[in-house]
Amino acid sequence: MAAQASLQEVKPYDRARALSAFKIGDVTFYWVTRLSAIAVLLILGGIILSLVVGAWPAIKAFGLEFLVTRRWAPNLEPTPVLGALGPIYGTLVTSFLAMLIAVPVGLGIAVFLTEFCPPVLRRPVGIAIELLAGIPSIIYGMWGFFVLAPFMTDHFQPFFINLFEGVPVLGTIFAGPPSYLSLFNASVVLAIMILPFITAISRDVFSTVPPMLKESAYGLGCTTWEVVRNVVVPFTRAGVLGGVMLALGRALGETMAVTFIIGNSFQINGSIFSPGTTISAAIASEFGEASGLHMSALILLGLLLFVLTFIVLACARLMLARLDAAAGK
Amino acid sequence: MDLAKILRTAVMAAAAVSVTVSAQAADITGAGATFPYPIYSKWADAYKTATGMGLNYQSIGSGAGIKQIQAKTVTFGATDAPLKGEALAKDGLVQFPMVMGAIVMVVNIDGVKPGELVLDGKTVGDIYLGAIKKWDDAAIKKLNPSLTLPSTAITVVRRSDGSGTSFNFTDYLAKVNADWKSKVGVGQAVEWPVGVGAKGNEGIAGNVAQTKGGIGYVEYAYAKQNNMTFAALVNASGKTVKPTLAAFQAAASNADWTKEPGFYQILTNQPGDASWPITAATFILMYKQPTDKTAAADALKFFTWAYDNGDKMAEDLDYIPMPENVVKLVKDTWAKDIQSK
Repeated sequence: MAAQASLQEVKPYDRARALSAFKIGDVTFYWVTRLSAIAVLLILGGIILSLVVGAWPAIKAFGLEFLVTRRWAPNLEPTPVLGALGPIYGTLVTSFLAMLIAVPVGLGIAVFLTEFCPPVLRRPVGIAIELLAGIPSIIYGMWGFFVLAPFMTDHFQPFFINLFEGVPVLGTIFAGPPSYLSLFNASVVLAIMILPFITAISRDVFSTVPPMLKESAYGLGCTTWEVVRNVVVPFTRAGVLGGVMLALGRALGETMAVTFIIGNSFQINGSIFSPGTTISAAIASEFGEASGLHMSALILLGLLLFVLTFIVLACARLMLARLDAAAGK
Repeated sequence: MDLAKILRTAVMAAAAVSVTVSAQAADITGAGATFPYPIYSKWADAYKTATGMGLNYQSIGSGAGIKQIQAKTVTFGATDAPLKGEALAKDGLVQFPMVMGAIVMVVNIDGVKPGELVLDGKTVGDIYLGAIKKWDDAAIKKLNPSLTLPSTAITVVRRSDGSGTSFNFTDYLAKVNADWKSKVGVGQAVEWPVGVGAKGNEGIAGNVAQTKGGIGYVEYAYAKQNNMTFAALVNASGKTVKPTLAAFQAAASNADWTKEPGFYQILTNQPGDASWPITAATFILMYKQPTDKTAAADALKFFTWAYDNGDKMAEDLDYIPMPENVVKLVKDTWAKDIQSK
């Protein structure tokens, strides 16, 4: 009783103090989070601004021509001729091919892990996938250069070159001669690098599908394929698409591994077995030695990559919104 | 606001920070050409043993070396592509040749041993222009009647980064191949018509070793250390020469170092029956009025030591030491121009 009384005595004073302490805490918390959010915007704006300022001489000198010029001649006098078509082409081709390989395989692994996999295998395969994501990109580059590239060039490329020789279009896409350093080899390495993103995220979202939904479908006599196609994928498509976009973002910007095996050549000749370059590889290999307009053009390339990534993300959002609208959500 | 400059300074500042972390504060700092890196590191090693003073040399490429000295993050810059007199005057720099070396063509062809394949400047130019695509091309066969050459496709390997080695190589091609001169020209980074780009001398050596049918150009020491198949070349006098120290020295002996300011001298395609056609000097850049006079004095002490004691080491690595009279000229220039006290 005595304790209760003393508690009641000090209560009003304590409550005011406690409330003000809460309030201070709350206000601090509000401002910390708010400033963090503002900082992100400031950093993003600052990066865009500095890229634009750095790229300005090149924008002034080349204009929109920069996007469609195939030449890259930094040594020409009096002004160099520099164009981004080669790197843009290489970036799009390698990312497209990498996605073409990695999306089906990555989703396949995720479906297997969640629907078919015996529990004994689930952990080892899952951990292996996560380890793939943890390997630094330079290791992928070296492995690609010393192991994958010779294998692909000696066994895989000649097969396709011979298969499609003389066929219109395909004959150009798969034209020889085989090259150790090529868009195709870079794409394969990229595919392996982005595989874990697709698999890990898809697996996680696949396992969020309520068992009741799946069991109801099975109860109606659906095959596993039908369950995956009609229940699991529609339920999780936002998450799956998110994983795929994350992977695409990585593929577009990946630098070190690609620089190792793409050949750093600005020519475009239509064949995926020929050397090429990507925006990030071009910047990485030329940045150290560039000056003047050449440097500015490299910064402009960086700005283009930024814009390209933004367009990809925007498209993904748009696609998702459409899907949701179609589903009537 | 010159953003390029700011970015560059930031990169260099970062590089400089990592240097100070990894090295002792008193070390001489320099950066630049990859071409003389093997000999600079050997000299640095011996100098450290002899005097206790270390050298921290970053072999990051000639262009980057020039930029670093302009940003004043290092005591000396090193470049294979010499700066012209007016460029030196503008920045208040002194330029002097440190050592000479040779560029050799390395190839990877089944059944061809080092020195067996013969190429001339016109053919090398046509290969790098993409006009010659296979190793059994008539032009190559004509130079090598006794070799059986496979019909493997030629994979041209060149530098992806700006490079003094590329500068000297393209300078040679422009002198001996008219098409090269009109279509591509000379530079540290040019518009390569064909081939794959690799970073640094090491990158070219690695790519050629890896690729069947590959051809590349590297500093001789890289070819030798990696046991690569180098080619013999036909020189300006029409004689076939193999890359040997004697051939490099023959080419170097023609040079007239007093002709232009800053010892500007390009040694490609020199006359003489025994001359190796792609020889090059590599240069050091320092400020006339260095901000850190002690560091500059330390660097000059190292260079003096290298000129006086480093010839044998240079020859061991197949570099060509500077002749005695040139060294004297260089030392006079130091005394006259560099205020290190």
